[in-house]
Amino acid sequence: MKKGYFGDFGGQFIPELLMPPLIELEEAMRTILPSEAFRTRFDQMLRENVGRPSIITHCPHLSRDLGLDLWLKREDLNHSGAHKINNTLGQGLLAKMMGKQVLLAETGAGMHGVATAVAAAMLDMKCVVYMGATDVVRQAPNVGRMRLMGAEVIPVESGTRTLKDAINAALRRWIADQENTHYCFGTAAGPHPFPTLVREFQQVISKEARQQFLDRNGRLPDVVVACVGGGSNAIGMFHHFVPDQSVRIVGVEAAGTGEPGCHNSAPLNLGSDGVLHGMLTKLLQTKDGQILPSHSVAAGLDYPGVGPEHAHLQAIGRVDYTTINDAQALNAFQVLSRREGIIPALESSHAVAYAIEHKDELQGKSVLICLSGRGDKDLGILDQIL
Amino acid sequence: MNPMQIKIDEARARGKMGLIPFLPAGFPDRERFWKELEQLDAAGAAVIEIGMPFSDPVADGPVVERASLKCLDDGVNLAWIFEGLKARKGRFRAALLLMGYLNPVYQYGLDTFAADCEAGGVSGLIVADMPYEESGFVKDALKPHGVSLVPLVGLNTTRERMALYADGAEGFCYFVSVLGTTGQRDALPARIKEKLAEAREVFDIPIALGFGIRRPEQVAPFAGLMDAAVFGSALIGHIEAGGTSAEFMAPWE
Ligand SMILES: Cc1ncc(COP(=O)(O)O)c(C=O)c1O
Repeated sequence: MKKGYFGDFGGQFIPELLMPPLIELEEAMRTILPSEAFRTRFDQMLRENVGRPSIITHCPHLSRDLGLDLWLKREDLNHSGAHKINNTLGQGLLAKMMGKQVLLAETGAGMHGVATAVAAAMLDMKCVVYMGATDVVRQAPNVGRMRLMGAEVIPVESGTRTLKDAINAALRRWIADQENTHYCFGTAAGPHPFPTLVREFQQVISKEARQQFLDRNGRLPDVVVACVGGGSNAIGMFHHFVPDQSVRIVGVEAAGTGEPGCHNSAPLNLGSDGVLHGMLTKLLQTKDGQILPSHSVAAGLDYPGVGPEHAHLQAIGRVDYTTINDAQALNAFQVLSRREGIIPALESSHAVAYAIEHKDELQGKSVLICLSGRGDKDLGILDQIL
Repeated sequence: MNPMQIKIDEARARGKMGLIPFLPAGFPDRERFWKELEQLDAAGAAVIEIGMPFSDPVADGPVVERASLKCLDDGVNLAWIFEGLKARKGRFRAALLLMGYLNPVYQYGLDTFAADCEAGGVSGLIVADMPYEESGFVKDALKPHGVSLVPLVGLNTTRERMALYADGAEGFCYFVSVLGTTGQRDALPARIKEKLAEAREVFDIPIALGFGIRRPEQVAPFAGLMDAAVFGSALIGHIEAGGTSAEFMAPWE
């Protein structure tokens, strides 16, 4: 297989000026990641700063309501409230050991920005976060958190003013500041080696969850589910289940309002092959190859592309990718809150909604869902739904 | 020899710098764009670089991005560009070069794209988001149609990587003057000098300096180390402020 590819997808489609920092990063992955010094410190950070391992939780009421056996992998209980911190502490420590002083990040929902700000504060580094101007408004509490922890948050006014434009701005900044800055990419997407690097830091989710489920139930789950934005919580949740042929794996993309032709965030379901942000993958685009604006009620899923490994897992038929619309996700947001006392992030609500909407075909099955984040950041939406 | 190199060599033979103005296709509007090209041609451009607008131009600064997005809003696409070029084939003295990002070219179809370049009199292509490692399939598609992929190198490109780009390269080598995006800058970094000298040694085709260039004085310190100058944002800014291409080119001739 060609280097940096997952089947036909992936690659390094970036300006030559970014090749040296990517080569440097690849080299650091080879030398620093496996080192005793990195492993020891990183394991300690996951235990003592993140709170790993995160637990799995049984949902007795929803299980009864839906006629299935529902379990959650609780990434929402991580410090800073989502899976994002698994990645930012890993990349942050790697960058620190590479001698970098600045962590640069893009963010959509703000969760990755917050998690990068945490990493920077913990590692005594500077943090710069680019965030689409639209997201700055709709995820305002996270902007406050980032600033409180010392991050510089830069609103991005260009293009569609959401995550994809924040990535463009961060890539531009990285071209100029590559000497002392590490680009802490927030999802399992972008140019090689980011999809592999981010998976490396997120695979802990399924490494733990698989063993925890086995210990508790004496068997593997029938179905594993995660929401897919760029694809980092999903690849983390899927990785160690991929070889288990008995386990059905489902990735859930955001359908937007769900009306035909509406803006959505479902490139695996509704997009086509193309090149954006350094990767050949599935994209939402016009026939002329211009990138379409995306939409989801969940800012963290609002992205017109997806990590290349997901495009590959879809192509080889190992993972089923399906969609959930805004209304279904908002319903799941309320149902999980009311029935189990757990307020999920709107992103994670898409994964929960899958079990609700597909309960008929899931009758009697054990379903393990990655609850990628908590919903505190989304309470502003309450005005619209209650 | 690729026409881009022929034209730059001709300028050098006259003791001049090769001039490579850049305009996004459809700028400042769809009508005037072709008139600006004619003016640039008449004013002595060696190569005219035409931008293929893309929604997500990561190598570009705000001036080029804004201009390109406006062209997209006006409905500019590759079909429109090639239609205009085919209708004017043979009318430009300058060599023509298309510059953009991979995805629009990829969706158009590489073979169709290469054939349309040939039919429209285009002799070169720059893909801003395609490093050496990914460029094989594009070069293969361009070759039968006599279109060259112009290599981009910069201040952080090692001699080893320059050598990869130099192997089989035609037309000219585009040397990016800054670690940054396109856009005007008052001063160019001094360390350009040694890197340009290195590029000179590695490449046996002309070297063009681009990004941030507006006035001849800026490149004077590097005159012996380069053969051509590319200007984009400054030209766009000049036209946006009500000027013409001919005025902009005057101090360079
Ligand atoms: C809680 C939560 N889940 C999921 C996502 C989507 O990202 P990914 O697909 O990389 O997991 C985000 C992104 O911000 C998020 O905050």
